[in-house]
Amino acid sequence: MSEKSAKKAPYIVPIGPTHPALKEPVMFNFEMEGEVIKDVDFAPGQTHRGIEWMGMRRNPIQIVHLTDRICGICGVSHTFAFARAVEQIAGIEVPERGDYIRTILAEFERIQSHLLWAGVAAHELGFDSLLHLTWRVREQSMDVIENLTGNRVNYGIVQVGGVRRDIVPEQHKIIEDCLSTYEGLLSKLVTLFLEDRSIHMRCRDTGVLSKEDALGLCTVGPTARASGVNVDLRQDYPYAAYGDLDITAILPDQHMGETRGDVYDRIVVRLLEVGQSCGIIRQCLDQMPSGPVTAEAKLAKLLAICKKAQGEAIGRVEAPRGECFHYVRMDGKEAPANWKVKASSYSNLMSWIPMLRGEQIADIPIIVASIDPCLSCTDRVAVIRGRSRSVLTKEDLHRLSVEKTRRIQS
Amino acid sequence: MKPTKAFNRSLWAFHMNSGSCNGCEIEIVAAITPRYDPERFGIKLVGSPKHADLLLVTGPVVGKMKDRLVRVYEQMPDPKVVMCVGTCGISGGVFYDSYNLAGPVDQVVPVDVYVVGCPPRPEAIIHGVVTALAKLERIEGGEH
Repeated sequence: MSEKSAKKAPYIVPIGPTHPALKEPVMFNFEMEGEVIKDVDFAPGQTHRGIEWMGMRRNPIQIVHLTDRICGICGVSHTFAFARAVEQIAGIEVPERGDYIRTILAEFERIQSHLLWAGVAAHELGFDSLLHLTWRVREQSMDVIENLTGNRVNYGIVQVGGVRRDIVPEQHKIIEDCLSTYEGLLSKLVTLFLEDRSIHMRCRDTGVLSKEDALGLCTVGPTARASGVNVDLRQDYPYAAYGDLDITAILPDQHMGETRGDVYDRIVVRLLEVGQSCGIIRQCLDQMPSGPVTAEAKLAKLLAICKKAQGEAIGRVEAPRGECFHYVRMDGKEAPANWKVKASSYSNLMSWIPMLRGEQIADIPIIVASIDPCLSCTDRVAVIRGRSRSVLTKEDLHRLSVEKTRRIQS
Repeated sequence: MKPTKAFNRSLWAFHMNSGSCNGCEIEIVAAITPRYDPERFGIKLVGSPKHADLLLVTGPVVGKMKDRLVRVYEQMPDPKVVMCVGTCGISGGVFYDSYNLAGPVDQVVPVDVYVVGCPPRPEAIIHGVVTALAKLERIEGGEH
């Protein structure tokens, strides 16, 4: 009898890896008691493609096209971070205009990514008309991105040493039009999202991440800022043109007067960041100096410079989801000797566990979506040897990590 | 576009990510939103393969997703068509030399329609869906 009842509770509800609420595969195991989540575990790594392994067999100019495809949403951020690392190793000075264009592109990426997320969040709440509205509005930024880079997604515009295309004066008007449309629309979107009763009821005090947990789990980007952690690489460690611009991190208490660290606060931060990005692009357009957009336009010459480069460097960029981190080590060969990617979602995934504990099963989709997870960015590590699988403990991982540091240093 | 007799019913699609970079996912969702609006022809994404006529597969099929892709395909009722969206599902694309690929998609499940592009534009995806619809009609008419 006791054995039987022990089996009954808690119920295990597996969700995933292929699941309609999330566009990307991830596996969840929920321990339920009635409607309430008692505990949760998740298994990422379902979309591991071995990008770093492939990168260590290609040269930096080929890798920029691979980094575009680490993630289709933050293509600029990954390529930008990788290019910054290689530029530091090879001693390439990016022309100022190139830096400004990179900044404009990175901010357009943030606009489209946050609007995309807002639509997905509305969909997870069952508010499909708002999804369609947000995505219709988003198409304008996609048009501008296409006009500037030639592609809607996977832009292929950032190259080591600068960018591959200039922004000509005729394009300023298209950018201006888009920015003024968004600035006009933003108050409408803010009203629709933040003053809607059902969104308020579903999101307020749902999926709370305390400031202590946010700091302890090293969350980054809008997820951390929504919990009141004042981190933004653009403000803390300015790169590209951000040093010349006026940027302060957006925190929910600026708009709401308080920070609760719930799903609602994450909506607030992301929506306000759309407005902030519009302002940054406008500042960039006003201050953009003239001159070349790349340090070396000839790819053969650029490759020769990269081949000679020796050393290691870190490239950090504030992606739409938070800090994107690339470590590159080159030792005078065509391909990098080491390349490590830490995408922003990698830091944010662990925050699912405190957010989901104690919540109801119906809130799973919106809480999971609220950190804007990007699993194709994250899935970097797999241990597969033949057909045998092994589980690595924390100590094993620590040992491997120490061994690797020694190996790299020697 | 002239509605042909292929439009004798709504086409429901199930989308499966087999290890894609998210680029095709965004464009598939963009394709169902108001600018393109294929839902006016009854074309929509559904939450279960058991409801679907069309399987949209994105990504190069990484090792872990192979069996799941086969399972999703087998859960779909006949007649069914499979559409491979994006270059990496067709040939491996930029991931061609990865150690963790079980695909291209047509090595795992039979593919009827290929949509090229990295990622393809929403217009191309909708064109692919129309082609798939015509094929479904032919299958129902007894052709293969």
